[in-house]
Amino acid sequence: MQTTIYAVVFYVASAVLFGGLALRLVQYARTPVPLKIPTTPAPLTRAGAALRVLREVTVFESLFKANKWIWLFGWAFHAALVLVLFRHLRYFMQPVWEPVMLAQPFGIYAGFAMVGALFALWVRRIAIARMRYISDGLDHLLLFLLLAIGASGLAMKFVARTDIVALKGFFLGLIAFDWKPLPADPILLTHLALVAMLMMVFPFSKLLHAPGVFFSPSRNQADNSRERRYAPVRALASKA
Amino acid sequence: MDHTDSLELEAHAELADPLEIPALACGAMANSKPYLAQPAHQKPLGFPGELVENWQEKAILKLGDLVKNNRALRFYLDGCVRCGACTDKCHYFLGTGDPNNMPVARQNLLRKVYRRYYTFLGKTVPGLAGAQDLTREVLDEWYSYFHQCSQCRRCSVYCPFGIDTAEISMAAREIMDSIGMGQKYSNEIIGKVFNIGNNLGLPPKALKATLAGLEEEIEEETGVPVRLPLDEEGAEILLVTPSADFFASPHMEGLIGYAKVLHEAGVSWTFSSHASEAANFGMFIGSYENMQKVSQRIAKAARDLKVKRLVFGECGHAWRVAYSFLNTLAGPFDFLDPRYPVPQHICEFTYDLIQGGKLRFDKSKNDHIRLTFHDSCNVARASRMGNMPGGQFEIPRAVLRASCNYFFDMDPETIREETLCCGGGGGLLTDELMDLRTKGASPRMKALKAVAEEHGVTHMAAICAICKAQFSKVLPKFGFDMETIVSVHQMVSNAIVMTGSKQEEEWNEKAGRAAPAQGAQI
Repeated sequence: MQTTIYAVVFYVASAVLFGGLALRLVQYARTPVPLKIPTTPAPLTRAGAALRVLREVTVFESLFKANKWIWLFGWAFHAALVLVLFRHLRYFMQPVWEPVMLAQPFGIYAGFAMVGALFALWVRRIAIARMRYISDGLDHLLLFLLLAIGASGLAMKFVARTDIVALKGFFLGLIAFDWKPLPADPILLTHLALVAMLMMVFPFSKLLHAPGVFFSPSRNQADNSRERRYAPVRALASKA
Repeated sequence: MDHTDSLELEAHAELADPLEIPALACGAMANSKPYLAQPAHQKPLGFPGELVENWQEKAILKLGDLVKNNRALRFYLDGCVRCGACTDKCHYFLGTGDPNNMPVARQNLLRKVYRRYYTFLGKTVPGLAGAQDLTREVLDEWYSYFHQCSQCRRCSVYCPFGIDTAEISMAAREIMDSIGMGQKYSNEIIGKVFNIGNNLGLPPKALKATLAGLEEEIEEETGVPVRLPLDEEGAEILLVTPSADFFASPHMEGLIGYAKVLHEAGVSWTFSSHASEAANFGMFIGSYENMQKVSQRIAKAARDLKVKRLVFGECGHAWRVAYSFLNTLAGPFDFLDPRYPVPQHICEFTYDLIQGGKLRFDKSKNDHIRLTFHDSCNVARASRMGNMPGGQFEIPRAVLRASCNYFFDMDPETIREETLCCGGGGGLLTDELMDLRTKGASPRMKALKAVAEEHGVTHMAAICAICKAQFSKVLPKFGFDMETIVSVHQMVSNAIVMTGSKQEEEWNEKAGRAAPAQGAQI
């Protein structure tokens, strides 16, 4: 029973996540950029601008300038998330790629860092008046969703271990379109349901900041408007 | 006496932190709004004269249209995660405590409507997704708070995604203009540029007379017949300055400085009566079309006058439009001399001469001044000077250091890329917004007070006509003399030693040098 439901849910969630993301990326790529608006001082070359975006993505350069606490929690959460996701790759491949094997212990502890950082971010969101003012319901919900995913994941590792071999069989089966049974462990089912929810909400929510940051003109443009004429074909404004 | 001194020292220790975060004061500035544009101000710009019948529907369509045609706007509306990094970065928030002046909250005013009509979650679960219908109340909020943003880009420096509230404000103003809810100050001024050629509505005849008056003044002061030519075909350089340079103070003193430098450089140059304005308020209202029309006047003047170079005077957002947009809006400028940047800033021009050893300064002429420098926001965060990132910070400072002996920077978190706006930029330099302007200036004023106490700073130079006008008005409200604000080229003007001038004679005498005998070289 749960095998069928979860199989269908994960096919749908994957389609929504990857299909939705692809559509959004095409939409961003196709939207014109009428003018040069890098926030200066900016790199003078395209390679320099690419490096600037890379710094934003890897070390959150601007956020570091803005506020050390948000930077600390935000960066810790994202770095931990990357490790955790990387570690999880082992459930989707056989044999397991060597670097994924090596990352296993780090990925497990990163789970704690992730949950801790998320909790700190949530405390900020409710304890500071400015943060409360700017937050909407979804901001809180997404934090809860991520927190619940992290907590249920940790619970399966440290509290009530789940049948991980069977789980891996289920996902390899999904990939091969040869369904295998999914264990009926309530924590596991909760964890997976929340993950599917996150996948489906991703292309429609602020989580879009992840791929979107590469499209931000104030960061990805080179400061060279005098040296090289910027002349995009401006889409004709439709009659509004 | 000793006792007083120690008391004063204590007072120094308690100097206000310019970046101190205020407590939230909800709705504190809800009633601050500029005068509405009248039909006469709207029509010449191609906007409806008054609020149209079906404004809600039109505004929503316009929003969709803007999002479809501007990747920055689309991503900025989608990508914000409410991390809070920007919440304490806006000078209007620091000065007013009104939470809607936090950059993210200001953006949310537009974002909530975008979500309601253009996003899946906003359409399905508006309450949860922070989405809201476009009502008359929301429109009024837009009018109020999108005219409390000076488009200074300080928030965009700190945003992890580079979200720039200026872009959002511009879009909101463009939407409001398109439904007939324009702002009088900006739109009236753009109309004057179309009709007369400059923001002040100064006709060519008056301009000519003003320039002649300045020529006399300079000759009287220096003994050198420095010219301020207008519409001289075939001149090498077209100089485009904000029209405030032609009549306001300390702008005019800066203009005199440009003229002296250009004279000493020995180049021929001219103003244009067709493009007697560097400012481009089309940017403030987010109107690509109007910004382009204003820009094209400059390109036309350059063509008509057959000049080879284009130089801009001291003006912040004008330099942004000139540096970043002019090439796109009115280019290509392949008819100009490719050996020089198009356009060039007057500070770059002066700096190059200084580097080449072509200018002489008697710095002691500025010894009554202990100076600091206010980086103008649009120059700092939306343009460049020279060939290095950050040249926009170094070059004006180098020019100032060459012309005076006492220079001190303000709190490092309030200058260069982190500079605070003067409080009057982005189309807010109008009397009915005086309360907002004063509050918005207060962080800068606190930083100035700190260097005044610490280093005895007496004057602050700026590089933007709006900064100069704004500070002249607000400085007295913070216990400073209105003449505390000076132009960068005013400092140059005070100290420059022109060939054959009275100042040169004096300089030679002071240095114990004999003046070269007349005709000795012949």
